[in-house]
Amino acid sequence: MSYTKRNDGRKFDEMRKMEAKLGIIPRADGSAMFKVGDTIAIAAVYGPRELHPKFMQNPERGILRCNYDMTSFSVPERKRPGPSRRSTEISLVTEKALIPVLDLKQFPNAVVDVFIEIIQANSGTRCAGITAASMALAHAGVPMKDLVSAVSVGKVGDKIVIDLDKYEEDYEDGATDIPVAMTGNYDITLLQLDGNVSKDDFLKALELAKKGCSEIDKIQRKTLREFYKGVKNE
Amino acid sequence: MGKILFKEKDLVVPGDVLAEGMDYLPSGGCIREHDKIIANHIGLVSLDNNRFVRVIPLAGKYIPRAGDTVIGEIVDMSFSGWYLNINCPYEASLMVKDVAEFIERDADLAQFYNFGDLVIAKVNKVTRFSNINLTTKGPGLRKITGGKIITIASTKVPRVIGKQGSMVQMLKEKTNCNIVVGQNGIVWIEGKTSDDELMATEAILKIEQESHIDGLTDRMKEFLERKK
Repeated sequence: MSYTKRNDGRKFDEMRKMEAKLGIIPRADGSAMFKVGDTIAIAAVYGPRELHPKFMQNPERGILRCNYDMTSFSVPERKRPGPSRRSTEISLVTEKALIPVLDLKQFPNAVVDVFIEIIQANSGTRCAGITAASMALAHAGVPMKDLVSAVSVGKVGDKIVIDLDKYEEDYEDGATDIPVAMTGNYDITLLQLDGNVSKDDFLKALELAKKGCSEIDKIQRKTLREFYKGVKNE
Repeated sequence: MGKILFKEKDLVVPGDVLAEGMDYLPSGGCIREHDKIIANHIGLVSLDNNRFVRVIPLAGKYIPRAGDTVIGEIVDMSFSGWYLNINCPYEASLMVKDVAEFIERDADLAQFYNFGDLVIAKVNKVTRFSNINLTTKGPGLRKITGGKIITIASTKVPRVIGKQGSMVQMLKEKTNCNIVVGQNGIVWIEGKTSDDELMATEAILKIEQESHIDGLTDRMKEFLERKK
């Protein structure tokens, strides 16, 4: 049986509704929220600040430390709070997705802390987290040469689709989920794949991811611009 | 021939291409990637001499520079001096030899500046590896007693000070307060009555919030007249 129609009535290359906000956490140096469909991620950035414990310091450049976490109420079945194998992995890949655009050479021995909290989850949480974190870093004024946007693409049944939701991820005839993060220039900074997909399908999916990322990138830039709208140098 | 893709004072976000070609040079807030100049901060574009492209950041931590007047809190002490938190990524050091007071050998340093004391100091020197040296030798540099401390974004400090200190001068006159604005965004206000201090606080927070709207000086003047 082929997958002819998406569960929520979207086209195969259509993203869920997106929304972004900046400066949602007053105490943080930078913060942002990114929402795609029912998935909501908030990110807070602290620093650059001195890094402790001292043995972790790098005298050549500052380091980035990411922390991804899901709130216990973010999923239908209560999630046991605290770190898990999954959240440790996602924290690590988030860090690796963001570090290529950051320029932390000016901040030796310092750290930039990024905290990502998923307050509502319906798939694509790591992508929403990376997107929010990238905006929060810009808001905190950390030097960065580009923004990072992320989206998940994949194969559901026999169709290549963008921005899978939970129903599609658990599709009975098999689904492959590929989270992709890209800079504004389409340089890939994150690509994860577990499952089966042919080379042709994979390349098609990647093209779709490009389209999705540029859409997200536009929203990110618009949000950042709007936040500082009307700012003039007197 | 290179070309510039933004006008002066345009708002840019990280990743925006500011200029193409090798005719322009990046000078702060942006970097060169191959033949393009790319913004790496949120900020406003500034062109110097039609050659140097710069982004004046609208966000970011205070980065100390030699000559800045800052206000800091003593957070640590050693044999040779004090360490201050000046709202930047690193602690700043104030060495015994850079202090205005005469300090005898083996004296107890806590007698001069103790934990939690706030000090108006000047940045003496910043080494490449983030060693920040402060001094209290100079007019107006000392330990703070009394008054009130507020913190604002360091990117807004130039607005609070105004052109050649015009804004802070006006605030001082209208509120009868003594005001010291540290480049790191910490402001010390000392007035004769707490009402005066409150008025100055309100005014400074208003400047921080509305600094981007045109006609700031006139609006502040009106605000202060009304409050009197």
